[in-house]
Amino acid sequence: MTVRLTKDLRSPATGEPSPATGKDAVPAQPTDAPATGAVPAASGEAGEVRGRAARGGDELVRVTDLTKLFPVRRGTLVRRSTGAVRAVDGVGFAIDRGTTLGLVGESGSGKSTTGRLISRLLEPTSGSVVFDGRDISHLSTRELRPMRRDIQMIFQDPYSSLNPRHTIGAIVAAPLRIQKQTPRGGIRARVRELLELVGLNPEHYNRYPNEFSGGQRQRIGIARALATRPKLIIADEPVSALDVSIRAQIINLLDGLRTEFGLTYLFIAHDLSMVRHISDRVAVMYLGQIIELADRTDLFSGALHPYTHALLSAVPIPDPTSHHRRERIRLRDEVPSPLNPPVACRFHPRCWKAQEICRTEAPPLRERAPGHQVACHFPEKRDVV
Amino acid sequence: MTAPPGEMMVESVTAPAVVPTEGRSLWRSGWIRLRRDKPAMISGTFLILLALIAIFAPVIVALLGHPPNEPHYDLLDPNTATPRGRFGGMSWHYLLGVEPVNGRDIFSRTVYGARVSLLVALLATATAVIIGTVLGMLAGYLGGLWDTIIARLMDLLLSVPSVLFAIAIVAVIPNKAFGLSGSSLRIGVLVFVIGIFAWPYIGRIVRGQVLSLREREFIEASRSLGAGTFTVMFRELLPNVAAPVLVYATLLIPTNILNEAALSYLGVGVRPPTASWGDSLAVASHGWYSIEPIFMLAPGLAIFATVLAFNLLGDGLRDAFDPRGGR
Repeated sequence: MTVRLTKDLRSPATGEPSPATGKDAVPAQPTDAPATGAVPAASGEAGEVRGRAARGGDELVRVTDLTKLFPVRRGTLVRRSTGAVRAVDGVGFAIDRGTTLGLVGESGSGKSTTGRLISRLLEPTSGSVVFDGRDISHLSTRELRPMRRDIQMIFQDPYSSLNPRHTIGAIVAAPLRIQKQTPRGGIRARVRELLELVGLNPEHYNRYPNEFSGGQRQRIGIARALATRPKLIIADEPVSALDVSIRAQIINLLDGLRTEFGLTYLFIAHDLSMVRHISDRVAVMYLGQIIELADRTDLFSGALHPYTHALLSAVPIPDPTSHHRRERIRLRDEVPSPLNPPVACRFHPRCWKAQEICRTEAPPLRERAPGHQVACHFPEKRDVV
Repeated sequence: MTAPPGEMMVESVTAPAVVPTEGRSLWRSGWIRLRRDKPAMISGTFLILLALIAIFAPVIVALLGHPPNEPHYDLLDPNTATPRGRFGGMSWHYLLGVEPVNGRDIFSRTVYGARVSLLVALLATATAVIIGTVLGMLAGYLGGLWDTIIARLMDLLLSVPSVLFAIAIVAVIPNKAFGLSGSSLRIGVLVFVIGIFAWPYIGRIVRGQVLSLREREFIEASRSLGAGTFTVMFRELLPNVAAPVLVYATLLIPTNILNEAALSYLGVGVRPPTASWGDSLAVASHGWYSIEPIFMLAPGLAIFATVLAFNLLGDGLRDAFDPRGGR
């Protein structure tokens, strides 16, 4: 088993594009959105729809104008709403079946909230989440239950995402138990199969999480996510808490599982280097909004938004000569508070290209090239990597 | 970023072939730690013996004493109503002597007193644990209005003078109520009163634990699998609060033994002639302790030893199942 798995995992590591990437990267038909972006597209949303349709994608998830406000309450006796954190503010994207969307942003950018809105751990304030043709944005807990087997999550912290008082077997069997699914051959056999699938010894069925390392625990979390054979897996920074030496293994495992089971991923990360390997498309978030959304190759070779440039310049390059040659973009100041975000373009206080219009008018997310959307008044290709 | 593929195999095949497949659960590893704790183990043994004594009180008394309510006026000095002979009339037939006034066997009454004390303390603690755990979990997990109501209720109960409340309740409860009568009704009332005022101690601890557990991702994981409030509370949260609840329940038992003794002492406990440590202390304290110290020492030492043993065991359990011990 291990041998086969290792072989499976090695092929994505060579950097060859997966079939899905290949299909996605080819613009099948010219879209009516001009590549230069001189003529404004109708709206970012419409542009995205056209772009997707043009490539003949089969959508699994479509998120439209998704917004989540967290009210801030003050007062000890009488709690009044004194404002709201706009954690996610008008986010829209779609994920095709069998592909991976990388969602990147700093802490506080709303990327994890977006993931929790799609998995409906949170209910959106407005906007919609359409999963597999069904609007799930306001379903009740009861209506959600059968749908939950199709959307599973992998969590960031492998230490807090496993109940320390449950055995590995109980943890991995929990989805089947809660969903009242009894697989062929029984739950126990299925759990052993899942443990083997993620590269763990199925004999460890009766052990407790504290006996495993961080990487192994994350594998247990992955086995749990796979138990109900989901269609979509939302991976919320699945490798951020792991040792650097373990990260590649987990990413390779996820990539191998995607090919094996035709999974669709929403892969959330705070760092572009982590999504580079696994994503077909990448969305960059800043203060609750998507500021750039493009195919992976387009984004890494031709990013248009200054914030993406800054993120890209922070990605380490294994080649020392080019590492010294390239310029490192350092952003001014910290990320502003999402409680009171800057008006108009939210990035303008930190942007070196900001003009008057950036302070008065919010740039819409527009399609500047086929499948490449950016929310900036002054988009520009720049060679940072 | 690029690790050699072989490394994955190293990580996944950490366990050599001989490693046992059964993991060490919290309870197993806690028990291993507890076994090394001498005071706790001695206390535990003592408490098991005491429980056996309470359960088999009729057998023990039949072998070593006399019926607990049987008077022995022939053993008393008719002038002073005190036992004849030295040390309160201690002999092979009356191991701890006899009571003044009516000459009842002190040994038998102390053995029977363990029944009432332990029964009331254990039932009251069980009541407190059940109410406290359920309401504490509800308050901590649901939050909002639930939390406000339950937390205020706990504050309220902790600020009520429970002893006065107990006296008032006993005064208004008739001889027969709720299908119970006599001593069993009194025991029921004691359990209710002590339990109702003790659950907030458990409730606060559970609420605090749940507040910190609630933020852990395994709760979100369970919810994202479709688990409802009930499943999350009893399958995910309860196993994590069980250890601290066990520890504080063990520490609550001695408090409740003292509460029962205090209420019996004040005359609102079980009715005479039912033997109870608190009642014996109360009678002995009416001036008899200076003449017949054994009359007071027997129930007093029994309470002291039991309370001490429960406290030592509780401390041992806390060390063994230290909430910070393992993740």
